[in-house]
Amino acid sequence: MHELSIAMGIVKIAETEIQKAKAESVSLIELEIGALSGVEISSLEFVWPMAVKDSVLENAERKIDIIPATAVCMDCDQEFALENHYDTCPKCGSYFKHILNGREMRVKALEVV
Amino acid sequence: MCTTCGCGDAEHEVSILKPGEKLEMHEHHHHHHGHEHGHEHHHHHAHGHDHTHKTVIELEKDILQNNQLVAERNRGYFEAKNIFSLNLVSSPGSGKTTVLEKTLTDLKSEIDFYIIEGDQQTFNDAQRIDDLNVPVVQINTGKGCHLDSDMVNKAVKKLDPKSNSILMIENVGNLVCPSMFDLGEDTRVVIISVTEGEDKTIKYPDMFDSSQICLINKVDLLPYLQFDVEKAKDYARRVNPNLEFFEVSATTGEGMDKWYDWLKSKMK
Repeated sequence: MHELSIAMGIVKIAETEIQKAKAESVSLIELEIGALSGVEISSLEFVWPMAVKDSVLENAERKIDIIPATAVCMDCDQEFALENHYDTCPKCGSYFKHILNGREMRVKALEVV
Repeated sequence: MCTTCGCGDAEHEVSILKPGEKLEMHEHHHHHHGHEHGHEHHHHHAHGHDHTHKTVIELEKDILQNNQLVAERNRGYFEAKNIFSLNLVSSPGSGKTTVLEKTLTDLKSEIDFYIIEGDQQTFNDAQRIDDLNVPVVQINTGKGCHLDSDMVNKAVKKLDPKSNSILMIENVGNLVCPSMFDLGEDTRVVIISVTEGEDKTIKYPDMFDSSQICLINKVDLLPYLQFDVEKAKDYARRVNPNLEFFEVSATTGEGMDKWYDWLKSKMK
């Protein structure tokens, strides 16, 4: 359950930013999670209340943007969307690909009060 | 990063110990989760109006940035001291510790090794390494399902490795969580055994995607199993076409020479 570590990382970032901004708490947090980042959204949602309890995120609304995965084929340069790490190039069938998007795990923005 | 949040029970805390060392009770290095903030200081603003002032902070900050920062510090330290570092990952029971024991037994006269053992509980693995007279530190993660760069940083300080050596970090047996946590290693080595399914590599793609070397262990058992080595490699290459394979048996020593040659080549 690495999602708990992920959630704790988010709490830490929020605590740091709150101190910098001299604010009280976070009212909205926007996250960007890539489809191939390895973060299971349902697990993250499950551990969230535990992780944010008594923190500046306790009452924050959570918004998660899922970033779809795209790759470029190393053999034929075709850009394509993928759902799994092992998907092949739809044009030439090659497994050699460079993943362009979908590995993100970011705190995009915080709205603080 | 703290994975033991919400738990006051000392037996679930992270501990980092050398052979012969005893765990001091309540050696918490728990991060403060900010219980202090927020509730106490109600600023009673004198200036009457009651609308709340909201500010948006645009961050675009990587969630694992703290782990990444410490991992890079570890990596810099290893680089400066010419320490070749490996992060050994696998599911439980694939034979990580046995591969380690065999490697140490055969190469310790030629190469200086240092070992970090990661498990949720017990000192058993560190004991097996200590029996070979190789310096070892055991990290017990308690409830944590992976090692992180901060634990490794602390363990390395305890281990105090010499220059021109090899550091092997045996991660917690888990094919999922450790894949996300860079420890500062030079190379990630994933171990699978032929008693597992050939398609393990695509069932747990993140780990195979983030590894550079794949050891296929227990090949001495192949005559008794249905496991197709080429099929397993093919599945793995779908996830990571650059993965390099070694087929070994840590029990019989079969194929270990090629793995040793690779290790030695990294020491130059």
